[in-house]
Amino acid sequence: MFYREAGQFKTNYAADMAVFPILQDKIGIAIILALALVVIPLVGNAFFLSVVMIPFLVFALASIGLNLLTGYTGLLSLGTAGFMGVGAFACYKLTTIFPEVNIIVWIFASGLFSAAVGVFFGLPSLRIKGFYLAVATLAAQFFLQWCFIRIPWLYNYNVSGAIEVPTRTLFGIPVTGPNASPEMRYYVVLGLVILLTWIASNLVHGRIGRSWMAVRDMDIAAELMGIKLLPTKLLAFAVSSFYCGVAGALMVFLWYGGAEPEVFSINQSFLILFMVIIGGLGSLIGSFFGAALIYILPIVLRGAPSLVGLDIGAATVEHLTFMIVGALIIVFLIVEPHGLARLWQTGKQKLRVWPFPY
Amino acid sequence: MRAPDMNAGVAAGDVLLAVENVSLRFGGVKAITDVSFDIRKGEIRAIIGPNGAGKTSMLNVINGFYHPQEGRITFKGKTRSRMRPHEAARQGIARTFQNVALFKGMTTLDNIMAGRTLKMKRGFFWQMLRHGPALAEEIEHRRVVEEIIDFLEIEAIRKVPVGRLPYGLQKRVELGRALAMEPDLLLLDEPMAGMNLEEKEDMCRFILDVNSQFGTTIALIEHDMGVVMDLSDRVVVLEYGRKIADGVPDEVKKNQAVIDAYLGVPH
Ligand SMILES: Nc1ncnc2c1ncn2[C@@H]1O[C@H](COP(=O)(O)OP(=O)(O)OP(=O)(O)O)[C@@H](O)[C@H]1O
Ligand SMILES: [Mg+2]
Repeated sequence: MFYREAGQFKTNYAADMAVFPILQDKIGIAIILALALVVIPLVGNAFFLSVVMIPFLVFALASIGLNLLTGYTGLLSLGTAGFMGVGAFACYKLTTIFPEVNIIVWIFASGLFSAAVGVFFGLPSLRIKGFYLAVATLAAQFFLQWCFIRIPWLYNYNVSGAIEVPTRTLFGIPVTGPNASPEMRYYVVLGLVILLTWIASNLVHGRIGRSWMAVRDMDIAAELMGIKLLPTKLLAFAVSSFYCGVAGALMVFLWYGGAEPEVFSINQSFLILFMVIIGGLGSLIGSFFGAALIYILPIVLRGAPSLVGLDIGAATVEHLTFMIVGALIIVFLIVEPHGLARLWQTGKQKLRVWPFPY
Repeated sequence: MRAPDMNAGVAAGDVLLAVENVSLRFGGVKAITDVSFDIRKGEIRAIIGPNGAGKTSMLNVINGFYHPQEGRITFKGKTRSRMRPHEAARQGIARTFQNVALFKGMTTLDNIMAGRTLKMKRGFFWQMLRHGPALAEEIEHRRVVEEIIDFLEIEAIRKVPVGRLPYGLQKRVELGRALAMEPDLLLLDEPMAGMNLEEKEDMCRFILDVNSQFGTTIALIEHDMGVVMDLSDRVVVLEYGRKIADGVPDEVKKNQAVIDAYLGVPH
């Protein structure tokens, strides 16, 4: 009754082509933005911001990156963590060598480094597809991780063998390092995630997004539309790796505050792949759902027993959490193999015709 | 949708595409052997023949999927021996496939919009913003695509992912996608296969309209003889990769070799 387009006639193509053509969707987005920008920083404590929200946003950004490649262009990649690592280490080196340049500039620049590396490892995608391409990206993952461990120059020869994030400021306020407040870090991450999500949405709704999906769905027909396969795939690798690189830099600089190379291991790649699959391949909003389900749900589950007053050992809670999340993932995949985004779509469709069944 | 550029260097009735002595082999299989024929601007040219005669292979040679071992192709006065499919698209060749090759996860609208890709010029920067020139361009092309949608009478399925459409409609969307390229030469590989009578009649009407309204030259593969005789200006007949007849429908119908090929006279 409340969610439908009846009476909202589009009188021009621009309105019909809008990303959120229905008024209620626009209101929904406005509410989410208001929550994220105003309510959460006001209500949330430091723990909530730095342990729940910042990581969630970082994972959502990495999931969007992988989704552009795997969900939109149909190129399966297991190198996500490697590309994130390139971003993190590039940002570390850049801000070490040029400390006076603003850290935000270096976060974007490190995305470009990651994009270049992504393009290089994307070259085999002209000849190989599917699992074979996944294996090629797996090679990239192992090679990059090897570099992170074996090239001490990358971590400034620190005895810890890890990145130690220095303090960097924005308008005189620290945004990275031990003195940065959770609120400040949250706002920087949120700002970048909003900006990059908006750009991703623009890309996938235009010519470039259609070329990616065309290559994904039927590459021979795409070529016949004049779409060159290699440049299109490489562009997907570049943009995807850019997003992953920025996510990696944010992860180390604004979340962890320091990181060992193990952070960028294959497990991380799989984690993000799960987020993309559970959230929904080829859906930006799904990337947020996936990141929330896989990252936030375990936190909620871990906190739940003590909230209800149950006294269960930490180890047991940990095991239970694994089991519940695992079971949920399997149930979700059986009920809706197209991910949470599809459930969301179906739900909206039901709401649109409610109270009638169709 | 505007008619294709009449100044493309070829006047109506002149040869638009010439195939000369083309031979194509796959290892030991001879798909096409020494075939020559031409397509004149503005005509509907049918390519017929029994199963496995090499018709689809011929289209694949014309739009650059296959590279013939021998022979030459001249399109709009330019001769070439090798060409990639995306170059063929750039030169104005569009096609549909025998087994529908749509972008299944995309809507009807996006599929047809994809046909406009080559005509969209705004680069990455504007695409990121999707405002100003990029949006203006998107709207301009959306307008053309809506004309095609009206023309093919598929307004109702505009926003449906094509994977969910019945086969007949998919074929129609695929024609729309090819039309969106505003091609000089449109290659249709069995556009009516698997359709019921009503759908076939619609498709025939669309093909004739495309040809007469937009002046698009069409090469058509079809098994239904009635359709071929009604639609086409000239017919070329292939059998076992060789050309056995070429001419106006009435001539071809009476040709003894063609009758034998279709009745299956042993060689
Ligand atoms: N990619 C390929 N590799 C090997 N052989 C091929 C290939 N493509 C076609 N052929 C062979 O070439 C011959 C001609 O096939 P083609 O598909 O052109 O026939 P057709 O006339 O389109 O037949 P139909 O009416 O069944 O569509 C067949 O013998 C086929 O097996
Ligand atoms: Mg065929």
